[in-house]
Amino acid sequence: MRLTQKISHRIAGRLSAGRRSRVAAPLVLVLGLLVTGGMYAALSPASAQTRTADQDLVAKGRALFLVGCASCHGKNAEGITTVKGGQYGPSLIGVGAAAVDFQVGTGRMPMAQPGPQALRKPPVYDDAEIAALAAYVASLGPGPDIPAASEYDVSNASTEDIARGGEFFRTNCTACHNFAGAGGALPRGRFAPSLQGVSEKHLYEAMLTGPQQMPVFGDQVLTPQDKRQIIAYLKKNEETPNYGGFTLGSLGPVSEGLFAWLVGIGSLVGAAVWIAANSARSRRKQA
Amino acid sequence: MSVDKHELSTTETDPIADPGLPEHEPRPTDVDDRAEKRAERQVASLFGLSTVFTLLFCVSYFVFKVGHHPSVIWGFGASNVALGLCLGLALLCIGIGTIQWARKLMADHEIVEYRHPAASSEEDRRAALEALALGSEESGIARRPLIRNSLLGAVAALGLPAIIALRDLGPLPGDKLTRTVWKKGMRVVQDVDGTPIKPADMEIGQLVNAEPALFFETNDHGEPVIEGVKLQTEKAKAAVIMVKMQPDDIKPAKGRENWGVDGILCYSKICTHVGCPISLWEQQTHHLLCPCHQSTFDLADNGRVIFGPAARHLPQLPLAVDAEGYLVATSDFTEPVGPSFWERDNYELK
Repeated sequence: MRLTQKISHRIAGRLSAGRRSRVAAPLVLVLGLLVTGGMYAALSPASAQTRTADQDLVAKGRALFLVGCASCHGKNAEGITTVKGGQYGPSLIGVGAAAVDFQVGTGRMPMAQPGPQALRKPPVYDDAEIAALAAYVASLGPGPDIPAASEYDVSNASTEDIARGGEFFRTNCTACHNFAGAGGALPRGRFAPSLQGVSEKHLYEAMLTGPQQMPVFGDQVLTPQDKRQIIAYLKKNEETPNYGGFTLGSLGPVSEGLFAWLVGIGSLVGAAVWIAANSARSRRKQA
Repeated sequence: MSVDKHELSTTETDPIADPGLPEHEPRPTDVDDRAEKRAERQVASLFGLSTVFTLLFCVSYFVFKVGHHPSVIWGFGASNVALGLCLGLALLCIGIGTIQWARKLMADHEIVEYRHPAASSEEDRRAALEALALGSEESGIARRPLIRNSLLGAVAALGLPAIIALRDLGPLPGDKLTRTVWKKGMRVVQDVDGTPIKPADMEIGQLVNAEPALFFETNDHGEPVIEGVKLQTEKAKAAVIMVKMQPDDIKPAKGRENWGVDGILCYSKICTHVGCPISLWEQQTHHLLCPCHQSTFDLADNGRVIFGPAARHLPQLPLAVDAEGYLVATSDFTEPVGPSFWERDNYELK
């Protein structure tokens, strides 16, 4: 104890002796700056430049959000509850960038009017604005990120991938979206939309985030590879020709039965009436 | 055309005189040679057209490719469409031609056929009854009850072989309707690829179409433990859906408080109405809709029926977590899955 005290006194004495040196002040300054800079570089989560870029994007997104979204989702995206306890607009904290990219990118948000569900329509915001909104919502809480292009690229899908995707599709998706992905009815005026013509990215994001009434199919259970296979199957389905002629919307017995009863049986009845109808008669006497 | 006045109208005079049949008017083809020739040509060209379509059918059979790279016309598979259209039109042309032939060229005269009473004459009826009475009298069936009753007994006994033969429809189902392959400690795995699932893998609103892990297990030789018809039969009963919702939204019935794990619940996928597989789950309302007849179950409320023809709640599979952290069943279903049957326990949730 006494020894350490002695040593520290001696060091302090040495340093103290040099404190009036001409280089002392600049040296301390440089040392301080170096330590601060070094510590910052080592501990900061992002480099200073990207941080400001991100912050700009988030700020831009927040500005757009306050104009276009806050009236339903609340000024801080905390959601607005109705008097009855229902949701006017749900909280967006933790929904992630993927949900924003899907909802705004397919035109579902902003909603044109209240209704049983938000409908697909031409997007209101352009790509840069969607990216800003997504960055703002992502900054509110951790959630699924927008998938990278490589995650939903199905250009190299093999036949095995497509067949496997078909199995996953029939097990998990056909209950609502129909065997051909043509969509189907849900209770109370809602419906599962058609999957034909939906982009690969939006298909992926829908599975990842579970928009509206759709369940979530998280990456831990339905892995990114499984999702890619499902998308490959859907895309293959789109380019497959209709072997049997008209599909009548691929809606199954309802549209096919309607066609058979109205058009099929109707034309048979018409033909029978024509056969039994009086044929043209002549006033001229038989020769 | 001269048609004899029918006899029925003579019994009573109608207030309005029977105008009789209208005068027969000939068809243009009967009186006009050119019209006749034209009709003949129409019929013949329809039959000719039919031949052309039949030949086109044969040609398109060879011309259009099928298989991996089929010929395509306007987004349709060319082969099927061409074959169907050609054969259909060939038959249609024969049909139209034949009718045109009958209407325009075949003989054209009206015929009247009168309706007659359907009953036999009084004489015939009396004779039949007499013959029956005579037979009964001569056989003495009314006088000899011993013979009559033993005959009735013999005929009734003939029903027994039919009932005995029905036994071949058996054996009786036993507990097949009440048991599934689920048992304590069996993992709940994703259908198709058999991925086991940890509670942390599930997000709020997630749905997994799941099966018992047994269906993906293999024996020492690498062969599936259960396969073929048996696999299909067991799969039809054991299929489940597993969902995760906000734990606060769940209202467990008495005794079911610990059947879920962190808001993860597992229910039979087989509708209790007529057994359709159901996985049409609305994550916000927690309602599960059967697409066959619109039975709706509330999964946050023990699978209770809230709409539709189903008479029973959806059976729930109690869940737990095993030593490695995967979701497992703690027992088989506590009640039979699928549609109702006579012997089924009829208890309903309070």
